[in-house]
Amino acid sequence: MQIVEELLKGSRVALARAITTVENEYDEAVEVMRQLYAHTGRAHVIGITGPPGAGKSTLTDKLAKEYRNMGKTVGIIAIDPTSPFSGGAILGDRIRMNDLTLDEGVFIRSMGTRGSLGGLSRKTSEAVKILDAFGKDVIFIETVGVGQSEVDIVKMADTTIVVMVPGLGDDIQAIKAGILEIGDVFAINKADRDGADRLNIELEAMLDLSQERTGWRPPIKRTVASQSEGIRELVATISEHIAFVNQSGELEKRRTQRTRNEMLALLQEAVSRQILNRTNADGQFDALVKTVEHREKDPYEVVEKILRDLMK
Amino acid sequence: MEKRIRVLVAKPGLDGHDRGAKVVARALRDAGFEVVYTGIRLTPEQIAEAALQEDVDVVAMSLLSGAHNTLFPKVVTLLKEKGAAGKLIIGGGVIPDADIPGLKAAGVSEVFTPGTPTNSIVDYIKANVK
Repeated sequence: MQIVEELLKGSRVALARAITTVENEYDEAVEVMRQLYAHTGRAHVIGITGPPGAGKSTLTDKLAKEYRNMGKTVGIIAIDPTSPFSGGAILGDRIRMNDLTLDEGVFIRSMGTRGSLGGLSRKTSEAVKILDAFGKDVIFIETVGVGQSEVDIVKMADTTIVVMVPGLGDDIQAIKAGILEIGDVFAINKADRDGADRLNIELEAMLDLSQERTGWRPPIKRTVASQSEGIRELVATISEHIAFVNQSGELEKRRTQRTRNEMLALLQEAVSRQILNRTNADGQFDALVKTVEHREKDPYEVVEKILRDLMK
Repeated sequence: MEKRIRVLVAKPGLDGHDRGAKVVARALRDAGFEVVYTGIRLTPEQIAEAALQEDVDVVAMSLLSGAHNTLFPKVVTLLKEKGAAGKLIIGGGVIPDADIPGLKAAGVSEVFTPGTPTNSIVDYIKANVK
């Protein structure tokens, strides 16, 4: 396929087009991913997550520059929310990264969530693979500004950075389940603000309570991304994390789990598409919906019958 | 999934007045488009490269400073050079009527001057995007 060949030769136009192809599920999307798959698996994938306004984009911008100084190439996927009403989106994270636009070693792509619940979609993981196949050394996924439970990022990233800012919430937040559990590294950004010490203490206390699952205690780093403060230290911590998970076998475990999840998701999709196509073929499904809606049948019985008929 | 129309909204050159651009961006969002908003004071080179990376269908530029005759055509040329031609290029802002034919000759498909209802921009994009 021409687009794949050109991408592998380093064409940024082909790279951009390949991401569009998977994002819009064009017919050739599966073929593109199939051909690129063998070239993936080399990049270090870093997830950047945290509440809206924590400074994720600015931090990503500065981290990317630091990696560039180290001679690494960088891909960035910046995700912003899609309107549930119009389906439109304002993708505004590039504003913080305009300096990177002309660096040939950096490629930034903005994506809307387009209805995915955890703030990321399979399209995101495919875009990561495309950047990986293109040869980017480090790939950032900057999530949509998350609330408490949008934790999908752990399934895609090798290292997850949770960005916090002083002055949000009280200490009950620190013991809830959710994004505070998923950090491999915590960054207290805007650490020049009041409340940074308190936030630091609360995070440490939360980590004291956490059960050690892997032998890695997530370090807490302070940054002021707008002033480039703490960036080098944060990059050093990310390197320590990746070295640790490499050595402990945790990285391989995560990647196995990821591959398994991806295969299961593909399988589920394929199976439900098959079932829906067949069930829908004669418009019979809508009739069944009506019978259930009118309480003539119950949905459990109907679904079981559909499956039984298919298995025959 | 259906294709979403993607639009880059950008302000080239030394012009910090972006309220109009933001209003247009919001209107496009409400029309169901994905709007990549890149903010103020960009060079034509940055706009063309962002349009390439984002693979947008439309590049919408707004300019109030008077430099449109140089900066808009420059973006068109750069997109061609980068192999990312074929996008719908539209302009807006304070642009004298006398300049519009020249801009169109240079590859800007349409120019929307102050007072244009945002609907007409939406309709124009829907009708003309490939």
